[in-house]
Amino acid sequence: MIHDMIAIVRDYWLLLLIGQYPNGPLGGLANTLILSALSIALAFPVSIVFAMARLSQSPLLRWPVTALVYFTRGVPLLMLILWSYFLVPLLTGADVPSFVTMLTTLVVYQSAFLSEVVRAGIVALGPGQMDAARALGHGHIGAMRYIILPQALYNMIPSILSTFVSTIKDTTLGYVINVPDLTFAASQVNNQLLTQPFQVFLILAIVYFAICWTLTYFANRLERRITRRRAGLLNVPAALVTPSKIVSEQL
Amino acid sequence: MSGFDLSAILGNPEYVAMLLHGIEMTFIIFAGSWSLAMALAVLLLSLRLSPFRFGDPIVAAYVSYHRNVPTLVQLMLWYFGIFTLMPSGLGEWLAIHNAEAIFAVIGLGLCQAAYFSEDLRSGVRSVGPGQMEAARALGHGYVSAMRFVIMPQGVRNALPPLVNHSVSLFKNSSLAVIIGASELTHAVKEIENLSFRTFEIYLIGTVLYLFFSLVIMSIGAYLSMRADPARSARA
Repeated sequence: MIHDMIAIVRDYWLLLLIGQYPNGPLGGLANTLILSALSIALAFPVSIVFAMARLSQSPLLRWPVTALVYFTRGVPLLMLILWSYFLVPLLTGADVPSFVTMLTTLVVYQSAFLSEVVRAGIVALGPGQMDAARALGHGHIGAMRYIILPQALYNMIPSILSTFVSTIKDTTLGYVINVPDLTFAASQVNNQLLTQPFQVFLILAIVYFAICWTLTYFANRLERRITRRRAGLLNVPAALVTPSKIVSEQL
Repeated sequence: MSGFDLSAILGNPEYVAMLLHGIEMTFIIFAGSWSLAMALAVLLLSLRLSPFRFGDPIVAAYVSYHRNVPTLVQLMLWYFGIFTLMPSGLGEWLAIHNAEAIFAVIGLGLCQAAYFSEDLRSGVRSVGPGQMEAARALGHGYVSAMRFVIMPQGVRNALPPLVNHSVSLFKNSSLAVIIGASELTHAVKEIENLSFRTFEIYLIGTVLYLFFSLVIMSIGAYLSMRADPARSARA
């Protein structure tokens, strides 16, 4: 069986890596990674705005965003993908590639989840930081910009990394609207071979595992480092500091 | 097709029957995989807590696999991969007995067990070591101390993440549509194909998912409140 798997990788590695790229759209693992990176890059600023809105005094800012976050967390991602599959072309009036549809969905979805992370990060800093910044003469915006956010975001780097991991896992759902990603490439390989579905999907699982495990590993190490730095214990052996495992959003 | 008209779907008994069947299958898959996941999670937890030295890395590998491989890929591996490797007698039996739903339950349940067991473990870990010592001093054996002193507190601590992950499991049951199970998302897509009322049917499907997710969340909130009124009031 391992022999079969090596043969599959040898014959199809290029398709799994970049799809049909020179002769068709970019796909495969490259597309999976680009899609994930783009959605996190776009969702990140949106999530900061969302978090600010949810922490704001004004109900006009707070309520719509809270409703959006609850909505996004209560509905399966698959349902959201189907929504954008039919809404995005309707709203833009153009033929939209499935990549863009998937990107839109992921940005909305991850913004809602990330905004909770950002909010928790800001709340965890405690009110003292804001009070001190205001006492030094900063306005609310200035205090956020120069005092609160830099600290909160630094502490959140591991959580952002684990959101990235869940985004990579989420991109697999693009399969339903034919986004040419790694999962799509693997099912193409499976359709060509027909006789070795177990081997093909096992390879797929191994590739995802390798990527996500590596990222989770770094996220955990970073988290331990940041916890120690925050506690002022950077030079204390790791064993003396209780590590807190990162719980990534599942999918 | 013009204008927004929910009655085009809700007034059609055929569509309503499809929706109800979808809801039923979604709940069967949810209940089945939830029970499987919980049973396995308890097993994994006891393996971790046991003095059996090889338990730890085995459970860690199990959890690591299920958390780092996308759930969809796990389902595909089960349904497209392992199903085809089964001896033909068993395969035929499964094919007659709704193999899609069975593999959805297996795939989702095994995956969820990893999350549940981690929730339970952190719940148990947050019970102070003094509790065990006090229970032993009162004459409890290890098993009975676990059963009456540690686990009740551990499960109570683990309630919030367990509820969150139960909601995720409910939402993830929609992935079963990809291996062909006829659950709620499947019903929504079928009705869309038949009626062309895309907006209306997606709205109905979304509201149903949202409603049931909120119900699960409220049950969780109620349980946490009953388990620990003081802490819930503070939160």
